[in-house]
Amino acid sequence: MKVDCKHVWEHISEYIDNGVDAKLREEIERHLEHCEICSAILDSTRNILVLTADDRTFELPVGYSERMHKRLAKELASPEQDSDDK
Amino acid sequence: MQTSAANEMGLIARILAGEKELFHELIRPYERMVFLTLFSIVKNETEAEDGAQEAVISAYRHLSSFRGEAKFSTWLTTIAINEGRKRLRKAKGAAEESIDERIEGQEGEYTPAPLTDWREIPLEALERKELREVLRVAVAELPDIYREVFTLRDLEELNVEETAQALGINAGAVKVRLHRARILLQKRLVPLLKTMAPARRSFFGRAR
Repeated sequence: MKVDCKHVWEHISEYIDNGVDAKLREEIERHLEHCEICSAILDSTRNILVLTADDRTFELPVGYSERMHKRLAKELASPEQDSDDK
Repeated sequence: MQTSAANEMGLIARILAGEKELFHELIRPYERMVFLTLFSIVKNETEAEDGAQEAVISAYRHLSSFRGEAKFSTWLTTIAINEGRKRLRKAKGAAEESIDERIEGQEGEYTPAPLTDWREIPLEALERKELREVLRVAVAELPDIYREVFTLRDLEELNVEETAQALGINAGAVKVRLHRARILLQKRLVPLLKTMAPARRSFFGRAR
């Protein structure tokens, strides 16, 4: 079966996650070898995922952790913490 | 995630046996995850932080109901999702969900932006504030059901099963939503990032 561009796009996410079977993977890879559009789409998508997943992109608010543990400390210190409340 | 499951179960047992202070240690590896989950739902930093605190407190109060069938991270994410949705309902009323259903139902235009050459944006470029902003806005503008899945899978690195479990949907839906989220991001970001890619090839050009 010959794989066209649209077919590659449909599986691009699964391909990135190594979720396609061996046969399809091979077909996609053969297509990528000579299709610069699909190669660029794949590269750009991967690049975007790496950038968005970087910790710097979504930063925690300054002092977030400290406030969290302070609140938690108060909760842990309170007497009626036993988990039978709803 | 960072803590091994056995180690974690041990910690939980000790906390339940009375060493309450260890809860700080249990939760520490997941602080970022809880915040991102809340933020993906409420889309507001302050609200997300308040919600994250509530979710963590709730996890502490209900720790004895954690049976270890799911991973602790998945269990905690479920609590965070519920907290986020509760806040969203309070803020917006019920209108939201029907919109989501429509988005999911239609076979929309989920085709990527075509291009013939991609010059990789290196991680160092994230030092630039405007790049981070462009990425955050693109994620924030995803339809809610896609942003939730994208956040759990690609930002928090839960696997497909864990994501499905946390959101109460099936694995197939996770894959479809993730696929669409990624395509929408590619489509949206490629034209923007191309203009932001620096011209100096000597510095950024990692030719493929």
